[in-house]
Amino acid sequence: MIYLRLAWAYLKIGLFGFGGGYAMLALIEREIVGPGWVTEQIFTDIVAISQMTPGPIGINSATYIGYVAPHVSGGLNGPLWGILGSILCTLVVVVPSFILTIKASHYIIKHKDSVFIKGVFTGLRPVVVGLIASAALLLMNAANFGAETESVAKSIVICASAFSLVYFAKWHPIIVIILAGLAGLLIF
Amino acid sequence: MKNARLLLNLFLTFFKIGAFTFGGGWAMISIIEKEIVDKHGWLDRKEFLDQLAVAQSLPGILAVNISVAVGDRLRGVRGAVWAALGTILPSFLIILAIAIFLTPDIIKNNEIISKIFKGIRPAVVALIIAPVLTSAKSAGITWRTVTIPVAVALLIWSKIPIVSSPILYIVLGGFFGYLWFKRSLKSLHRDEKGGEGL
Repeated sequence: MIYLRLAWAYLKIGLFGFGGGYAMLALIEREIVGPGWVTEQIFTDIVAISQMTPGPIGINSATYIGYVAPHVSGGLNGPLWGILGSILCTLVVVVPSFILTIKASHYIIKHKDSVFIKGVFTGLRPVVVGLIASAALLLMNAANFGAETESVAKSIVICASAFSLVYFAKWHPIIVIILAGLAGLLIF
Repeated sequence: MKNARLLLNLFLTFFKIGAFTFGGGWAMISIIEKEIVDKHGWLDRKEFLDQLAVAQSLPGILAVNISVAVGDRLRGVRGAVWAALGTILPSFLIILAIAIFLTPDIIKNNEIISKIFKGIRPAVVALIIAPVLTSAKSAGITWRTVTIPVAVALLIWSKIPIVSSPILYIVLGGFFGYLWFKRSLKSLHRDEKGGEGL
């Protein structure tokens, strides 16, 4: 049953997604690309679409993958199955933190300087850096950079330029994505 | 009546924030703070910072968490539901529209769109490398502690069963962080008390 498996995957993402959107990507990649619901290319495309549309990556990916997965790996064609999957994944990914926020907010406010909370987050900080790095590593693959030498070379040039524009020149990611798309149109 | 109006107002405020904030997370927080504290006066700044601490301490999507915390603080579970719906709905509707019209088949088979995405994909990788460096800086990673993120990244990337699970490192990170913090507090106490211990 594709919907049960989708709900289970997004429940895990909602429950263990610490450290923000980029850190969640490794988790989403494992739960979503792993079972073959979407290809690595589609996963990367979703990240790109998420960057260019308002709203958090966690919601955007849940909605898109929830729509695509019943068709891709459940054999359920037609938009209604997709919309059902979208609603399911989007709701499920927020349910754990919704319940925790309502049940635990009082406790956390009272103990926000406690050893437990401070310690846990000190320990999570370097892990979050590793999670984001693993997402970058996972996406540096033939699906995104091409297989032949020529397309790999072109992709590396785009990647390096995009990095410089975002990191050093502090350009807005949306502008960088649009430029990369134009570059792709011209050189591929 | 007044209650219903506040719920609607909560929904509309978070809907607006969800519809116009690109990038999620921290980009949203400053706008939420402006709306909730400065414009509507629903919470004072200290209350807002308390709710932010809650949102940050819990897993899940930061912008949704903060809207749930604010809604819950104002009107209990019903307030939380309306605030969360407001945050989620804009991106849900936009992505649903995109998913319906821009299917994976179209991205793959339309020559122009496929070329555009071939250019975009390597740039997406760059967009993820950049926050690796910024988050490493803000986490205070040094040459000595860099082994942790490097090991985590390589093991997840390896796709070896069990050890490549991101959940494993989230649990381990929290657990050892707690142990380490507790121990360093204890030794701090010991030093203050002149080696008496606890």
